[in-house]
Amino acid sequence: MAQITLIEAVTQALAYEMKIDPGVVVLGEDVGVNGGVFRATVGLQEKFGADRVIDTPLCETTIAGLTVGLAAQGMKPVAEAQFEGFIYPMMEHIACHAARLRTRTRGRMTCPAVFRAPWGGGIRAPEHHSEANEHLFTNIPGIRVVLPSSPGRAYGLLLAAIRDPDPVVFFEPKRIYRQYKEEVPDDGEALPLDVCFVLRDGSDVTLVTWGAQVKETLEAADALAEQGVSAEVIDVATLKPLDFDTIHESVRKTGRCVIVHEAPRTAGFGAEIAARLADEALYDLLAPVERVTGYDTHIPLYRLEMKYLPSVERIVAAALRTLAAS
Amino acid sequence: MSIAATFEIEFLQYLDAEGKLVRDDLPAIARDVRELVELYRQMLFVRVFDAKAVALQRTGKLGTYASCLGHEAAHIAIGSAMQEDDVFAPMYREYGAQFIRGVKPREVLLYWGGDERGSDFSGPAHDFAWCVPIATQCLHAAGSALAFKLRGEPRVAVTVVGDGGSSKADFNSAINVAGAMQLPLVAVIVNNQWAISVPRKAQTGAKTLAQKGIAAGLECLQVDGNDLIAMRSAMDHAIKRARHGHGGMVIEAVTYRLSDHTTADDARRYRPDDEVKAAWQREPLKRLKAYLVGLNAWTEKEEEDWKADCAQRVDAEVNAYLETKSQPVEAMFDYTWAELPADLAAQRAQALGADKSH
Repeated sequence: MAQITLIEAVTQALAYEMKIDPGVVVLGEDVGVNGGVFRATVGLQEKFGADRVIDTPLCETTIAGLTVGLAAQGMKPVAEAQFEGFIYPMMEHIACHAARLRTRTRGRMTCPAVFRAPWGGGIRAPEHHSEANEHLFTNIPGIRVVLPSSPGRAYGLLLAAIRDPDPVVFFEPKRIYRQYKEEVPDDGEALPLDVCFVLRDGSDVTLVTWGAQVKETLEAADALAEQGVSAEVIDVATLKPLDFDTIHESVRKTGRCVIVHEAPRTAGFGAEIAARLADEALYDLLAPVERVTGYDTHIPLYRLEMKYLPSVERIVAAALRTLAAS
Repeated sequence: MSIAATFEIEFLQYLDAEGKLVRDDLPAIARDVRELVELYRQMLFVRVFDAKAVALQRTGKLGTYASCLGHEAAHIAIGSAMQEDDVFAPMYREYGAQFIRGVKPREVLLYWGGDERGSDFSGPAHDFAWCVPIATQCLHAAGSALAFKLRGEPRVAVTVVGDGGSSKADFNSAINVAGAMQLPLVAVIVNNQWAISVPRKAQTGAKTLAQKGIAAGLECLQVDGNDLIAMRSAMDHAIKRARHGHGGMVIEAVTYRLSDHTTADDARRYRPDDEVKAAWQREPLKRLKAYLVGLNAWTEKEEEDWKADCAQRVDAEVNAYLETKSQPVEAMFDYTWAELPADLAAQRAQALGADKSH
């Protein structure tokens, strides 16, 4: 079986679902002949035709509005925002329409759509190509927010997102698009959209993260192990709705929690997890919850961007602080 | 000198403000007197309904309401030209078109009366509900038109936007993509001269709003939006060519908003009475009535009888609306997702508990 990267897993999932469901169409800028600027849709137009892999005019508003219209009329559109920094013109259609079509019509109309976007920093890209803005979507009722961090999870979660009867914002951590390969059987098996993934068992501290930061967090767990600290690592992956139970269960065991994300700290999604821990897990905690995040600045242009993104050292230091506190 | 492109915009009118024909090459609808009488009756019904809805708001029985006073010819022409299979993506005051498509007046009242069930209406299940974020509906219509094209269905998407809405990116994006993809989209700009307090001339330097479609590669037409015959003829033409794969069209219906923007607005603050008085002389019912009376197809007696009938029917709808009990508190949760996530189920239980404790 072939080993594939995260981005190849995205392509594999799109191709699988397009093959079995004629209602699935892909639309966006450069998704056709060019196969997407990251090659996520490479070969799809050749295989499925220009009617199902649609190059739109260069207008994110158009992509999002068409997507709502297509979904409302029974298609299963998968829209691509070329970068997460260009998703803002789409937000009105996502928040005002996709997210509320079901409830505002009491279920008469629905919006089974996926809004995909490469996400996050660390690829030495130009300005507006490196944002982490998942928290702007997790506050919107009626949409799922998904952020896979491995080829296998990208494949299974994207299949689930396309099959879901409600809209899904699907962010792809572009920094780890090609970080490593793994075997991903093209078996059409979807993963659940409301379960966190425990990537490593541990007993001293729980490290909670998502997206490309899974890489640094796993490396931090290795570094902690060398110091005799056993860290459990959780990839949240499906941010909204949040599987808090898995996080709580882990914290009940370890008594310590470090939340790692590359988005700015204030009102980032880590704040929600920390608040939930304060609400529901306070008496399980042996130390204050730590957050290792991007700063409350814009992510800098690429000369400084790695100074902005949480590093292994910062994660390790935070974990050690929770241990020192108890 | 070489010319890269030229264009002209036709202005279409059959009936002048007095109800006199201004040309004799009449479309089929002008000769179908029975149908014209039926459409006139519907225009009158909408006007009776609209006055009642405003009165309900003034007496505290309805929330903010957007009146359609003065737009009746445009709206009835749109609704009557469409087939049930077509998709309608309205803004928020096209009740005339929606009534023809099966939406009940009580459902309009429910929506403005603060109840989502108004948007779960009796019209076609594929029609969009009222759309408050200006012009966004245009792209939903374009997306619907794309779905029809991809599936090879002979269906048309019709959307309505105002003169203010024609300034928005979404409107321009919708007609642009309709041109690029040859979509069966009919975009009607109901130019009622006022976007709340901002006049038409402040929206754009373009001489007509119809010509915006030229840049998108669409056929364009400016129509007297108070002339039902012209409006219906334009809609018939636009829908027919879209249905047969000849692409989209932009129709500018020139009319006048005789009411405030909504019941929350007071138009006396920003527009002169004289302008409104003059607009009443051009309003759509008066001229069609004069035309039909001139043909001996309609009488004062019929007018009075029909108005009384409308009032009775509207009262029945109002009563049905007023008698509709609110949904239980859990309704705010139960339609958010196909399946309620565990977190939200917990909040639902909390809300139910809080509701019972009161």
